[in-house]
Amino acid sequence: MIVAEQKSLNEIKQLVGAAKNVLVVGCGTCVTVCFAGGSREAAILASSLRMASKLEGGPKAVSDVTVQRQCEWEYLDEIAEQVKEAELVVSLGCGIGVQAIAEHFPETWVVPGLNTSFLGLPTEQGIWMERCAACGDCVLGLTGGICPIARCSKSLLNGPCGGSVDGHCEIDPEVPCAWQLIYDRLSSMGKLEFMTEIQPVKNWRTSRDGGPRRIVRNDLRLAAEEE
Amino acid sequence: MAANASGNGYLSGSNLERVLRAGHFAVTGELGPPQNADGEVIRKKAALLKGYVDAVNITDNQTAIVRMSSIGAGTIVVQEGLEPVIQMTCRDRNRLAMQSDLLGAYALGMRNVLCLTGDHQTFGNHPNSKNVFDMDSTQLVQMMVHMRDEKVFQNGEAFKGPEPRFFVGAAESPFAHPVEFRPLRLAKKVKAGANFIQTQLVYDIKAFEAFMEKVRALGIHKETYILAGVGPLKSPGMAKYMIENVPGILIPEDMVKRMSQAGAPWAGKSKDELTKDDKKARSNAWQQEGIQICIELIQQLQKIEGVAGVHIMAIEWEEAVKPLVEGAGLYPRPIVANPVEEVA
Repeated sequence: MIVAEQKSLNEIKQLVGAAKNVLVVGCGTCVTVCFAGGSREAAILASSLRMASKLEGGPKAVSDVTVQRQCEWEYLDEIAEQVKEAELVVSLGCGIGVQAIAEHFPETWVVPGLNTSFLGLPTEQGIWMERCAACGDCVLGLTGGICPIARCSKSLLNGPCGGSVDGHCEIDPEVPCAWQLIYDRLSSMGKLEFMTEIQPVKNWRTSRDGGPRRIVRNDLRLAAEEE
Repeated sequence: MAANASGNGYLSGSNLERVLRAGHFAVTGELGPPQNADGEVIRKKAALLKGYVDAVNITDNQTAIVRMSSIGAGTIVVQEGLEPVIQMTCRDRNRLAMQSDLLGAYALGMRNVLCLTGDHQTFGNHPNSKNVFDMDSTQLVQMMVHMRDEKVFQNGEAFKGPEPRFFVGAAESPFAHPVEFRPLRLAKKVKAGANFIQTQLVYDIKAFEAFMEKVRALGIHKETYILAGVGPLKSPGMAKYMIENVPGILIPEDMVKRMSQAGAPWAGKSKDELTKDDKKARSNAWQQEGIQICIELIQQLQKIEGVAGVHIMAIEWEEAVKPLVEGAGLYPRPIVANPVEEVA
């Protein structure tokens, strides 16, 4: 899932600025599951903004609504009326959601209420960890299902570096060394060749380094035309 | 070890390569560039090392702190008649920048490069920076060897004109984790083409002997020159700090005790009871013991099969190199004729 964290109330207040009529839009998918921007968080933020504005002597009208997914036009269509009535929208979606609202409602000013953190999962209650860097050229089939691009601090392909200590990365004792994990898994399964062979330089073109990425599926485009 | 087709049998013809090829026990040192633009600092440090080492590593923004560039400082070192080993990390540059810097370094007279991954920037003085890691150190070794031997850039394009011919080095940390994998990782770097290896600091000879036994079993010591890293301890506090904070450093308890005992005459006194002169005397006693321990380490390392030399890391303590090299019986340094100069 996409993991995000809510911005501080102070920062959100600054982004809202002088707007009097505000709509907080939650998202019912990833950010709901990571307790950052679902309907519950949207309602709490709306109420906090109302209270804060009242205390500061300039009460605002702040309402909230949550859609199933901010990243699909059809779900955004459902809230078109509310968006149009609002002077400003605070999106509690990930960065994709904020941009989808901006693109779908070009006359509305939209600000982010979250910082989109990473692609990851909850490893235990209250802890989320990064798992994928969306590099566009997956090596998990070779590394025993542990990603060195996302989980090694230096994205090494011929790791580990000299900073691997007792299973953790030198940058932080709370960060496991991805290469220790890969080593343990590959050696226990008798597949250490990946680590003993020289892994060639990565082609970063499929990653963000190649510019904003785009996928075209002609099969789906043709199917849509036929309909 | 395989010679090349350049005519004189040397890969780069660097002094370090010539000394090693002639079978001498090599000595390299380390020189840390300043955190400013003062070239005089480099000249002073070079003067302390000249004649005592076969080549000197110039660190590349070590511990991710901005310093004068390795190639900039290396140029001054060349002018001073000392041979540099340019350290190049993968942290700050992508493959375009690394190749262009290598061309420049070669044109400026540098002949040795040590390929490193690089300390993560969160340790340094610009923790908010973006890192690069386009390649890793093994891939950097491979790229440099291809530039030299296949005469191609990383993308496979052939050189039009002279290629940079470096003596290519890599590092290994014998006691970093997972320890069982370290000899295999070293083998991988040698397979990539590393001509010489400089190790992380060695204090625990027994542990290093065990590492070298595995290295010899793999036959790696016959395909590369392994220089064991050594460094004089300055104080018992420094030893304790390294044990706790530097990954891959093992210091035996006896050694820490020896350092503490060197300061015994001043032991048990609080900071306020010690005069300035006391502190100076204690520091001198510690340093003398540190140098003595290091001399003994070098002598023990010389006896280990497959160790081709030592890499002395006495950073910000370049004065220690002279007594170390002399004390270990490694002075004067050998002079091996340069075939290129002879022809010319």
